[in-house]
Amino acid sequence: MNDLGGYKIRPDALASVEKLHQRGLGARIWSWRYLFLRRFTQLGILLLFFGTAHWAWQYPKKTPLLTGNLSASKFLGLIPMADPLAALQIFFTGHVLTRETLIGVAVVLTFYLLVGGRVFCAWVCPVNMVTDLAGWLRNRLDIKAIIHLPRTIRYFVLAAALLLSAVTGVAAFEWVSPVGMMHREIIFGMGFGFLALVSIFLFDLLILKNGWCGHLCPLGAFWSLVGKMGLVRVRFDKRSCTHCGECAKVCPEPQVLNLKKLEERGLVFSGECSNCGRCTALCPEGSLSFDLRPLIRKHNSQA
Amino acid sequence: MAEQGVSRRDFLVKAAQGTAMAATGAFLWVYLLRQEARAHPYALRPPGALAEKDFNATCIKCGQCVNACPYDTLELEPAGGNLPIGMPYFEPRKIPCYLCPDIPCMKACPTGALSPELKNINDSRMGLAVIDLENCLSWKGLRCEICHRECPLKGKAITLELHPRAQSKHAMFYPIVNSDACTGCGICEKACPTTEAAIRVLPHKMVQGKIGDHYRLGWTFDTEITQDFKPAQAPAAAAPDAPVPGKAPGMDYLNEGGL
Repeated sequence: MNDLGGYKIRPDALASVEKLHQRGLGARIWSWRYLFLRRFTQLGILLLFFGTAHWAWQYPKKTPLLTGNLSASKFLGLIPMADPLAALQIFFTGHVLTRETLIGVAVVLTFYLLVGGRVFCAWVCPVNMVTDLAGWLRNRLDIKAIIHLPRTIRYFVLAAALLLSAVTGVAAFEWVSPVGMMHREIIFGMGFGFLALVSIFLFDLLILKNGWCGHLCPLGAFWSLVGKMGLVRVRFDKRSCTHCGECAKVCPEPQVLNLKKLEERGLVFSGECSNCGRCTALCPEGSLSFDLRPLIRKHNSQA
Repeated sequence: MAEQGVSRRDFLVKAAQGTAMAATGAFLWVYLLRQEARAHPYALRPPGALAEKDFNATCIKCGQCVNACPYDTLELEPAGGNLPIGMPYFEPRKIPCYLCPDIPCMKACPTGALSPELKNINDSRMGLAVIDLENCLSWKGLRCEICHRECPLKGKAITLELHPRAQSKHAMFYPIVNSDACTGCGICEKACPTTEAAIRVLPHKMVQGKIGDHYRLGWTFDTEITQDFKPAQAPAAAAPDAPVPGKAPGMDYLNEGGL
């Protein structure tokens, strides 16, 4: 708590922490609001796919509601969606993308640019539920780090995914992606994909904190790059912040909460922020909150 | 980091470490991909599927073809299975392809891995039916022929060949698969009454040979390659009642001069 950008603990910071410890049950549950919402969207999307595949959910009549999975899908028989990274890998194998794929990619990219980039990771990706559980348990059991990897390694994995797609002629990440495995096997029938999830769980729990989502996943890296330009961001109010550092404790990507940068820019600028909302719900001073990027600028210029 | 900056040795060691890590990772990754992609070549793909290499590259593993199939024929291979991961396949002995004329699976494919160039479902070539002659009831002399009767392209994809027998009143009716018409739908395999199907669909490359261009089959006059050996005129010219054309070989000079 005292090494956030070299800041020393201030007396009012201790008061903030105290505030957090003394809040009642209601306030505690209220601080989980984004967690509930995220599980709702993650499971809801999964359910829409599952219901369409197994119970023939339709809307409008005779039109399947949501076909496919996170790699590519069609909503209401009308709106195509496609995973931009999967499409990019197919492109790198030297194959022409169809018009439907390109439209699908455009739809998905536009959506995530509007709501903020790594929203996919925290609000849609099913693996997030596994890694969140591992992270929570790791905090609870207070498991110490045994290895360190730079968080930038994911960008190299992303580059490797594209390079290997070109070299091997198949979409390199799609063929080994635990994200794809989990979604596909829940919707279309189980195999051994859950073993990959067990490995991720154990890796995150025992070996490297936030190991998969925060260090290795090339899909997360891709959305980090896109996320830089996202519209919904976490606003930082430097007048009320007491530098207690509780936000960075719950953040799965604590490097994005570097206080020096926060104070400079007035918002969480890094694309690696997944808009999970943990910090905004927890902050005892209300210094962190979701806002739209243009409004943040306005807010900060008034300050 | 050292205060005076990174020494040359540190830099070289760092670079070597990074390279080693990248190389090891990439090697394992490529190994995994090759294992997967080459896993087993026995997969039967949905109608219109591109050639194996292109199909492996373009299939985005979304399962919309599976959603679209009205007979639940198609499945996506899960991780750890025998076939390349995440892509659609079918097992005819469980549920064959019933050759929907509107080809909904192909239409559902967003990436063109199931090619929209397939206009007529009867032109699809998912595999080729092959008959185990030793265990086919018809080839044993029984009047089975179920595969022939069930075949959606009866008389084209599967034909019956009649063979009279010397020591029996009953002729043999041999089912024969014709590769130029067989779609590989597998309805025959599903229908075959033997305990293990005696007719089954396999990918073409598992069963089909290739004679090579250097063979000149002189007796098959209709083939391109034997053109040089054809008589100058079509054989029909030799029919007794037809008027003899003037340029049939050997005839031109004999009939000249009004002999």
